[in-house]
Amino acid sequence: MSQSTTHSTAALDLKTTFGFWVYLMTDCVLFATLFATYAVLRGSTLGGPGPHELFNMPFVLAETLILLTSSFSVGLGVLAARQGQQARVLFWFGLTFVLGVAFLAMELTEFSHLVTEGNSWRRSGFLSAFFTLVGTHGLHITSGLIWMLLLVPRIFTRGLNAMMVRRLTLLSLFWHFLDVIWIFIFTVVYLFGVAR
Amino acid sequence: MSVLGKLTLNALPHDPVTMGGALSMVAAVAGLVILITYLRRWGWLWREWLTSLDPKKIGVMYLVVALVMLLRGLADALMMRGQQALSAGSNHGFLSADHFQQVLSAHGTIMIFFVAMGLMFGLINLVVPLQIGARDVAFPFLNSVSFWLYVAGVVLINLSLVVGEFAATGWLAYPPLSELAYSPGVGVDYWIWSLQIAGVGSLLSGINFFATILRLRRVGMTLMKMPLFVWSVLNSMVLVIFAFPILTATLGMLALDRLLGMHFFTADGGGNPMMYVNLIWAWGHPEVYILILPAFGVFSEVVATFSSKRLFGYTSMVVALAAITFLSFLVWLHHFFTMGAGADVNAFFGIMTMVIAIPTGVKVFNWLFTMYRGRIRLTTPMLWFLGFVATFTLGGLAGVLMAVPAIDFELHNSLFLVAHFHTMIVGGVVFGFFAGLTYWFPKVFGFKLNERLGRYAFWFWLVGFLTAFIPLYILGIMGATRRLDHYDASLGWQGLFIVAAAGIVMICIGVGFQVLQLAYSIWKRDENRDTTGDPWDGRTLEWSTSSPPPEYNFATLPPVNVRDPFWAAKQAGQTHPQPAAYQDITVPKNSPLGLVIAGFSFLVGFGLIWHIWWLAAVGLLGVITTIVMRSLDDETERIIPSREVAAHEEAHA
Repeated sequence: MSQSTTHSTAALDLKTTFGFWVYLMTDCVLFATLFATYAVLRGSTLGGPGPHELFNMPFVLAETLILLTSSFSVGLGVLAARQGQQARVLFWFGLTFVLGVAFLAMELTEFSHLVTEGNSWRRSGFLSAFFTLVGTHGLHITSGLIWMLLLVPRIFTRGLNAMMVRRLTLLSLFWHFLDVIWIFIFTVVYLFGVAR
Repeated sequence: MSVLGKLTLNALPHDPVTMGGALSMVAAVAGLVILITYLRRWGWLWREWLTSLDPKKIGVMYLVVALVMLLRGLADALMMRGQQALSAGSNHGFLSADHFQQVLSAHGTIMIFFVAMGLMFGLINLVVPLQIGARDVAFPFLNSVSFWLYVAGVVLINLSLVVGEFAATGWLAYPPLSELAYSPGVGVDYWIWSLQIAGVGSLLSGINFFATILRLRRVGMTLMKMPLFVWSVLNSMVLVIFAFPILTATLGMLALDRLLGMHFFTADGGGNPMMYVNLIWAWGHPEVYILILPAFGVFSEVVATFSSKRLFGYTSMVVALAAITFLSFLVWLHHFFTMGAGADVNAFFGIMTMVIAIPTGVKVFNWLFTMYRGRIRLTTPMLWFLGFVATFTLGGLAGVLMAVPAIDFELHNSLFLVAHFHTMIVGGVVFGFFAGLTYWFPKVFGFKLNERLGRYAFWFWLVGFLTAFIPLYILGIMGATRRLDHYDASLGWQGLFIVAAAGIVMICIGVGFQVLQLAYSIWKRDENRDTTGDPWDGRTLEWSTSSPPPEYNFATLPPVNVRDPFWAAKQAGQTHPQPAAYQDITVPKNSPLGLVIAGFSFLVGFGLIWHIWWLAAVGLLGVITTIVMRSLDDETERIIPSREVAAHEEAHA
């Protein structure tokens, strides 16, 4: 903290962004724990279907591309926010939101297919670990969408002030982080799963 | 299913022992409520304490809750040792087997999560901002959320005494015993959710103090000029950041097994119970270092101050802390050498465990060298330190012994192990935090604790501790396992169990002296006032401000360009520089929302424990709404005008 008695916005920015990064790292450890458990339980199918029988790769690839695109659009949204272009911010964040909802809908479709075919999380250790790992990512996506829904409309009432730009930046950090986690899920769960 | 899920009137206690415990707790809470109402103190409590975002006040509240929980955990210990002293042969003691296991699990859980963690975060809140020359923590509101989540955990675990039951699975609730098939009651769920809620609070605190130390240090205080306590907290918080997410995930998976019928750790369905044991210790071993490192930090401050000397080997102390932090993630498997991981794996973890004794030894020697040729004042904090050196060395040797896998196979699950970790945690963590409490008490409250009663307390604790736990080392070698509620009289163990019980009674007398010390010191506070702000001839920045410090800690932020900056300032005769004019100071406004968030989290926990789904949903919605409300509030700070600052400073000049 500086000698001056008032917080400068820059110092506050630094502190909050730093804290948010540290939070993201703790979330990373949480996912690492779930990945480790998945790796251990992957073979515990108990005679039930394994990854090879269950995963529809073209569908998952489409899901992945949608999420990657949303990461790109959220990046453009933050760039627009830094330049103070309100209309573009709304457009890019709106697009991100739509893509996020599409991703989530596809994930839930995959889940409901598995469950209706009798392959729910109760079936085996492998399916418990699969639903929990992928579902935890999905829950994070859901919180990101709620965050977007609550934050972005405030641009109308309060405009693109420094606080708003900071919050949009943190939101985009969160979104990129979920993208990175998804790339690991795509690789470890899906690609390794179907590879023989 | 009924609207109250599994909750019925049958959940209320039936047997006389539980009912006695439940009634005394309800009576204590009711008495407190009546007392506060009678004294008309609710408004004051709300404004000055419950809604405060001042880390000094949050710190004091942590300490109060933790010390009350210490009494609860101690009562559990008394019951267990009482049972074991009696329950040989045809005598079956006063506790049923199931109740004994619940008491045992509650003792361990409460002592680690709600006593040791509470004392630790209490001291950190009180001392770290002052020592780094800051006015606050990085995220004051988050700090309040953390504290209240801890309280929600405390309430939940104590509620299990009145409504329902507690886990009978031991303090780490190993599956498959903790799975629904073998523990169908709500006990394990109480365990899961009280720890989950408090654990999230600890994780947020970890992030908060990590950011505080790295971002809010006074200009000039480079990392290698930080006080050793701050270094120890920094390392401890790194461990929190890496370890607590593992706990969150692991408890979450156990909860999913129990709630949704998953098969992570079940005995059937392709679950893997040993995965849980690995994960819980990947958190659990770092956890013991999370607790002990700040205690090491306290000793570093206490020894330097009361030896009137610079700490010996500062750099090696920092390196030792970092080494312990790193190594603490490479030893978890020593908790279950008997898993059958094979000789190579066991050898690796055995050697790593022995290696960690080296940096620890470096620290002990550095403290002793600090005392060498110092002008030593044998105050109570120093007594706790010396007691620590003796007990910790004893426990450390026992630990290195058990690090040999072949020996561990003999001692695994025995009372030898129980004696070992109590020696480390009581002799290390508890003695360390008592030293810290006594040392920083005058800073926080403005008067010293009575030394004579403190000495009595120390001696009863030390002798009582050795009397209670040395018999357990012997019993462990004789083959007594942990968690025994009954044993055969022909084993010849009863004498040693009676000695151990006598030791617990002596510890209770020690605690009695501490309560007396606190009461007497408050009564005679005018005789022990600290008007200087520096009662012990201290070295670090917290002693440069008044006792108790003003809300903003420092009227003018102190200059730092050396280690032990306040000591250096005293040598140079420039302790209290008078500025030309005082400036306005910004501090966070009070907020009740931390308490509200924790209240809703409590509802989530309670709803999930009793399968009252609507209540859990209400709680979750409440948490989200409250967070949104807080984020909408842009007026979270207030300004203390410069004339108020000037008035306070003149009064304490």
